[in-house]
Amino acid sequence: MIPATRRAGPAMIDKTVPTLADAVAGIADGSTVLVGGFATSGVPLALIDALLAQGARELTIVSNHAGNGDTGLAALLAAGRVRRIVCSFPRHKDSWVFDGLYKAGRIELELVPQGTMAERLRAAGAGIGAFYTPTAYGTDLADGKETRVIDGRAHVLEYPLHGDVALVCADRGDRWGNLVYRKAGRNFGPVMATAARRTIAQVREIVPLGALDPEAIVTPGIFVARVVQASDRDDAAATPRAA
Amino acid sequence: MTIKRWSRDEMAAKVARDIPAGSYVNLGIGMPTLVGNHLSAEREVILHSENGLLGMGPPAAPGDEDPDLINASRAPVTLLPGGAYFHHADSFAMIRGGHLDICVLGAFQVSVAGDLANWHTGAADAIPAVGGAMDLAAGANRVLVMMEHLTKAGESKIVERLSYPVTALACVDVIYTDLAVVDVTRHGLAVREIVEGLAFDELVRMTGVALSDRRASA
Repeated sequence: MIPATRRAGPAMIDKTVPTLADAVAGIADGSTVLVGGFATSGVPLALIDALLAQGARELTIVSNHAGNGDTGLAALLAAGRVRRIVCSFPRHKDSWVFDGLYKAGRIELELVPQGTMAERLRAAGAGIGAFYTPTAYGTDLADGKETRVIDGRAHVLEYPLHGDVALVCADRGDRWGNLVYRKAGRNFGPVMATAARRTIAQVREIVPLGALDPEAIVTPGIFVARVVQASDRDDAAATPRAA
Repeated sequence: MTIKRWSRDEMAAKVARDIPAGSYVNLGIGMPTLVGNHLSAEREVILHSENGLLGMGPPAAPGDEDPDLINASRAPVTLLPGGAYFHHADSFAMIRGGHLDICVLGAFQVSVAGDLANWHTGAADAIPAVGGAMDLAAGANRVLVMMEHLTKAGESKIVERLSYPVTALACVDVIYTDLAVVDVTRHGLAVREIVEGLAFDELVRMTGVALSDRRASA
């Protein structure tokens, strides 16, 4: 079925693209890619698989986790496409792909507290040059960083975390790029969408313009470059991934 | 007289008892999740999960799990009526911005100054992971720690100075162990409660740091 949104004329804005390959086209070697998701929720699995098929190398990945099992991010890591990962919680009982690469010195890790990571993304999206946070003061993760006492409390200077590309998973989107998410699947999606030059969203459903309640739109389309419909989680888990 | 160490459930009940109704609370990974079992609907406490939930409810019933509705420990949960979803920057603004009344955390060590170590053993070959531990410890208005009093080797986890890597300095307010409840005060550690069968002097000997006796009965 051709979604109604595809009927837009040439002078109309249409951020929807027909295939996952179109969605990830042009991601260059050496890109910094922000990848949404927290554990099982809100992971843009179809886009990660498409990026693997697309072939970009020497990537820096920004993600809360460093891949689980052998699929998704773990598959991208296993294929040797990732040079560096910025992450708050890489270790898990099924993070064997990352663990092996890390112990072999084949991947660089920048460990960032989860809230600092979120705020560095927010700062990037909001055009903030840097910010002071009390998180991590006095710890190994603040080694070598500038500090300042503000209002009697010690803070650490942190810089924004920009992406060339963001891959996010939303529930529904329209041809202007407006997005709504599903439950805790929202997690990093909205901040990452603001922090990248080109944000690519996979959505369960593309809906006609006006179908999303303007009061409830979480990511306004100004932050989104491409929208692609991707099969939902069950399909992604149950069927072989299209290359 | 034998010491009747508190079970994890008894420790969780003590923590729950000390959480005022109306509080916004984050329960950390591990032992702190048990506290949720001791909160009652009659005394409303709103649970926060840093992956983006307020008003988190009990674990999801078998068959009702939703991969998009999990807590920070990755376990399937539910959302209570009135609950809300939000993104990570907002979630940590709640934590760091002083809006979260209490967080309950596990620990490897707590120092007499209230310094907390709970994110990394410091072992050279360990793969580091921090998650929200540093944000919660530095950001929550009150930090309650639950841990065994002694290591398996019998060493006190309450220490003069941390030997494990720091999570946050001077952040802990109360320590709940299987032997005692200890307040971290400006004037040092003050024991509020001790298990049955353990004398205060013996607790001090086992702990190896200065403690004052502030039990109601003392």
